Amino acid sequence: MKELSGDSKIVLGYFYSGLVWGVIGLLIGLLISVQMWDAAFNFGEYFSFGRLRIVHTNVLAYGLGLFTIMGLFYYIVIRLTKRPLLFPKLAVITMWIYNIVVLAGMITLFMGLNQSLEYAEFEWPVDLGVVVVWVLFSVNILGTIITRKEKQMYVSLWYIIATIVAIALLYIVNNLSLIATLGKSYHLFAGLNSANVEWWYGHNIVGFLFTMPILAMFYYFLPKSTGLPIYSHRLSIISFWSLIFVYMWTGAHHLVYTPLPDWLQTLGIVFTMILIAPSWGSVVNGYMTVEPDWSRLRTHYLTKFFIAGITFYGLQTLQGPSQGIRAVSALVHYTDWVPGHVHMGTMGWVVLTITAAMYYVVSKIYKVDIFSVKLANTHFWLVLVGQVMFSITMWITGIRQGLMWKSLNADGTLLYTFMDGLVGNYPYWQLRTVSGAIFIVGMLVFLYNFIMTIVKGERALASNR
Amino acid sequence: MSDNKNSIYSKSVVFTVVVAVAVIIGSVITAFVPLAMKDMHPKLDNLKPYTALQLAGRDLYQKEGCFNCHTQTVRPLKADVLRYGEYSKAGENYYEHPFLWGSKRTGPDLARIGGKYSDQWHIDHFNNPQAFYPLSNMPKYDWLASKPIDIEQTKRGMDVLGFPYTQEDIEALKSRTQLDAMVAYMQVVGSAVERKNYVAVLPEDYENAQNPFKDDAASAEKGRVLYEANCFFCHGVNGEGTNIASGITDLVDEYTSDGQIFVDVANGLPGMMPEHINIMTKNDIWDLVSYCRMLAAKQQASN
Repeated sequence: MKELSGDSKIVLGYFYSGLVWGVIGLLIGLLISVQMWDAAFNFGEYFSFGRLRIVHTNVLAYGLGLFTIMGLFYYIVIRLTKRPLLFPKLAVITMWIYNIVVLAGMITLFMGLNQSLEYAEFEWPVDLGVVVVWVLFSVNILGTIITRKEKQMYVSLWYIIATIVAIALLYIVNNLSLIATLGKSYHLFAGLNSANVEWWYGHNIVGFLFTMPILAMFYYFLPKSTGLPIYSHRLSIISFWSLIFVYMWTGAHHLVYTPLPDWLQTLGIVFTMILIAPSWGSVVNGYMTVEPDWSRLRTHYLTKFFIAGITFYGLQTLQGPSQGIRAVSALVHYTDWVPGHVHMGTMGWVVLTITAAMYYVVSKIYKVDIFSVKLANTHFWLVLVGQVMFSITMWITGIRQGLMWKSLNADGTLLYTFMDGLVGNYPYWQLRTVSGAIFIVGMLVFLYNFIMTIVKGERALASNR
Repeated sequence: MSDNKNSIYSKSVVFTVVVAVAVIIGSVITAFVPLAMKDMHPKLDNLKPYTALQLAGRDLYQKEGCFNCHTQTVRPLKADVLRYGEYSKAGENYYEHPFLWGSKRTGPDLARIGGKYSDQWHIDHFNNPQAFYPLSNMPKYDWLASKPIDIEQTKRGMDVLGFPYTQEDIEALKSRTQLDAMVAYMQVVGSAVERKNYVAVLPEDYENAQNPFKDDAASAEKGRVLYEANCFFCHGVNGEGTNIASGITDLVDEYTSDGQIFVDVANGLPGMMPEHINIMTKNDIWDLVSYCRMLAAKQQASN
């Protein structure tokens, strides 16, 4: 091999894009974590918490998250279909358009142009850009799948198809707006429906951005990197169909004890409970895959990324439903428990799985071993420790805060003022900043290791010429 | 199973259609059907559409990302209504595009903020929250006071939302700042529901009551601690008053009995001072009365 194939270059292009956005998003995350315990770190309007928090979530979800997911989808699809990408040039164009869209999204969020809908903050012109990108991406992926050379579609392709269909539906419906000006629109839906549609979107966009695609990777890269076949195909089938069917019913668990009608809240809660089963179907399938030889956790460095990742997924999908229960929601909702929950999913499950997949892909593309397994292990432990510290501190302070909000004096009046509860967060929020810094160092180690593997690969290519 | 060459797993188009159906069923039932349901669009009789100034303020509330830290929904839970007031009603949300209920209370809930404080309180607090609560983590919004309202956007917003306005309303925005708009919005939030305290003392029970800790130095000392955490930013560090509220001496002189002071501190004064009986015990409030009397006496002596 003298040169990388065009398809491999495309995959790398998406990785590079994602990593650039990732660095920006993580550093902003670190800054806002400091702003939480010291308001002096707000620097004027463009760098105040209210704007930066949205930049943080969107740049990481749509920049780091979606870019790397798209790159990995291309990689997986061309292998499972046993054919090259249907429109390779289109994939390159899509990449550049999407970079412009994310850049425009980030800049407009800095300017305060947002729809105030969680995870749908981009204003309508940016939304149009996202939709165009998603259509181009879908045409390429679905087109390649339809014209595939391998008749049978493997599990990962199912999850990829579900991701493409569901995100299109969710993104378009929730972003329907009454347009006032180029930079300002109002949600088409009012009041209760605005809330209900937003959380139908909000819960499921997380599901179909941070669950389905990651499961697609998990089902592909776990057997590839361990050399062990997936434990049960039947379990894969049951998990898949029940997961995608049940998911869409659950959004209202974000609106417990709001003015939303009780029947909608209860329906959401009930389906959230049911969701535990298909989620754990994949967890069990993952564990049982490695069951024949657990020593691979030691001998195959990527195995522990995937197994730790799926473990966080398992914890996430137990904790999430428990938060939906009214009694638990009454205590932890609106507290820091919730960011603790979210970050276990993103920093644990998503990041561990994606970075492991990227190690695997880059070493396959260049046909070299990664630059340093030792650094990969360092990266693993830093990310793991940072993540666990982050979430545990947030859970502790979330419960503490929830209890302080509801503690009463003997005469039935409130025991603590709001400030009492807030100030009690500060030591935990400071620890969270430390945890975040540890996590980011881990990610920088990954970045270095990843880039050095590419350097190594390029050298190997050059010497073969 | 999928060993069958004719299974759905070897027909990509059929598979995609079935996936679409699977995700659409739950979507239709939980998100789309409610769009057509009447009880998802209730409206309280006295709920009014936003005025141009209020909408400009709401736009700014969105722009600055206030919803990241402040919820706007009081849950029907004892501690919530005790702290914030009447629980949120479905019919308050008729004009909310989008809803701004939020998902995190880094700061307090704002569903009942309208009429809780005076305009001046909001102005000073937006400019410098730390002057009120030194440990507050709220950013200073000191740029709002020097920025004009985006009049064109506000007008277009009123149009697309179908809110009534006159040309004079729009003209009037020219002389107002972003801070004015933000305060106008704060004062209207939750105002469709009558302001009432979940707990309150009956004025007739206390009007003529004597402070049980009258002239008790220990009580006044406890009162000082409470005063410095809750009262100084409006009434002044030494009770001398600020541009938000009068000084303690002036106020205390207006009351003939300690009981009257107790009632107003406990129940609050609509539009001026929030209630305190929800976050203080009765003894706490008597301690404050002791401290206020002491402050007033000190000031009179120095005059």
